[in-house]
Amino acid sequence: MKAHGKVFRYGDNVDTDVIIPARYLNSSDPAELATHCMEDIDKDFVKNVTKGDIIVADKNFGCGSSREHAPIAIKAAGVSCVIAETFARIFYRNAINIGLPIIECPEAAKGIEAGDDVEVDFDSGIIYNRTKNTQFKGQAFPEFMQKIIAAEGLVNYINNKNK
Amino acid sequence: MGMTMTQKILADHAGLPVVEAGQLIEAKLDLVLGNDITSPVAIHEMDKMTVDNVFDKDKIALVPDHFVPNKDIKSAEHCKCVREFAVKHDITNYFEVGEMGIEHALLPEKGLTVAGDVIIGADSHTCTYGALGAFSTGVGSTDMAAGMATGLAWFKVPSAIKFVLTGKPAKWISGKDIILHIIGMIGVDGALYKSMEFAGDGIRHLSMDDRFTIANMAIEAGGKNGIFPVDDLAIEYMKEHSQREYKIYEADADAVYDAEYVIELDKLKPTVAFPHLPENTHTVDEIEDIKIDQVVIGSCTNGRLDDLRVAASILKGRKVKKGLRVIVIPATQKIYLQAMEEGLLKTFIEAGAVVSTPTCGPCLGGYMGILAEGERCVSTTNRNFVGRMGHVNSEVYLASPAVAAASAVTGKISSPEEVM
Repeated sequence: MKAHGKVFRYGDNVDTDVIIPARYLNSSDPAELATHCMEDIDKDFVKNVTKGDIIVADKNFGCGSSREHAPIAIKAAGVSCVIAETFARIFYRNAINIGLPIIECPEAAKGIEAGDDVEVDFDSGIIYNRTKNTQFKGQAFPEFMQKIIAAEGLVNYINNKNK
Repeated sequence: MGMTMTQKILADHAGLPVVEAGQLIEAKLDLVLGNDITSPVAIHEMDKMTVDNVFDKDKIALVPDHFVPNKDIKSAEHCKCVREFAVKHDITNYFEVGEMGIEHALLPEKGLTVAGDVIIGADSHTCTYGALGAFSTGVGSTDMAAGMATGLAWFKVPSAIKFVLTGKPAKWISGKDIILHIIGMIGVDGALYKSMEFAGDGIRHLSMDDRFTIANMAIEAGGKNGIFPVDDLAIEYMKEHSQREYKIYEADADAVYDAEYVIELDKLKPTVAFPHLPENTHTVDEIEDIKIDQVVIGSCTNGRLDDLRVAASILKGRKVKKGLRVIVIPATQKIYLQAMEEGLLKTFIEAGAVVSTPTCGPCLGGYMGILAEGERCVSTTNRNFVGRMGHVNSEVYLASPAVAAASAVTGKISSPEEVM
């Protein structure tokens, strides 16, 4: 599985309140949530994002609330992958559980700028910055998480186990 | 190599004699929690699973608390979804408006959380129950759905940071000041993926409400959980509130910690976190004049009886500064009633505050106290992110109930000593 797109670049501690403000949590519809994705940190994000694009951030991406609406909104906005130096733990679980690919890679976070054209190979963990012709190796997932990702989320994983 | 308190609880619930940090385990759950925002997503996910029933109707708690009483039609639809699910599965611990409270104040009060439990909740502040010596942590809706269906959850066993609390805190120092001080010291990702294990003889000076506040905000340092040793006070609390059997775990003497900090409680000063991160802490004595527009006293962090008592002790016989809005929200119906019987509500109203029924409401910018552009609020809640309580250009300053009440009188961020 691969992702390829242009990069939206953010800093440290991007919290779930800016990813999807609570004033929109009276909805749980992915398409509706996507229309407000990143609104309080980057009001042009929704206008500029195209399918396949990649978010790159620094430390502690997704900190704050447990709202699964945050990775849901990002995924529904068309983002194919989030790369960060580190992720907040609940966001990390949620992304895996709903099938939004995420990769921890401090080197990639440092070596990628807004607008760069980036390719990610999830099988090898290789992140390739086409714009700068640089390559990084992301942290591989433990086998258990790979199974959840391969099943495209925890629900399918559990259903497969129950078969 | 010994285990931490958290690791011992997890090992037992995974049926393993020993676990170590980084190990992936599947653990049995004693309770699965959801609220009106996260449960509808979980219910939708559970519908996709090839299971017909919940694993145990007594071990699920559904607490509509964020946007209730329903703030708008969409919220009403969410609550209806949760209510119908609760009826369909005969969920024992579903709490309707008149019997509810903010989940993390309500569940311990109802005796649903005790020492030794493993608890997941689709709300980040689920870590609150560590105050009673339980392992409890926040998860998302899909984990909640899986938990409701199977009674199990996967965890990566966390390593831990040990916080040794020593000395006796001064008069106006509460659990809030202690946890804000710690977050200011280690940062909002200082305990990322880790347990925050509290220890030391300073704990005996902390009320249960102080401990709930401290454990509640472990997530604001990125922690997986916060946990306290179980002492006589915790046992007394559980005996008073719960019929359930509790189990006391203690960290091994040779448990390994990633770091250890000593927090001298007697040296702490009232502490305030400035926008827009809980780590931006300042002690109140170093703050210049910061005029405010609103004060909120409440939430899963600081809406308990101790919190209301200290706020009322400052507001008694005083008036809210002209032009300021002060909103007091008791965290549960029981606390609301106790506050009424003790005359606290009368004190608040006579001072010029409004008192609301339990709701998370303003804490997350839902309703009941939204900020306009450029407005500032001193709040006893737990987050001060950009746009958290309203307009993207509004500001939230996190503080204790004592500082919030004092600020309500002066109209600027103030120490209780300024008004008492």
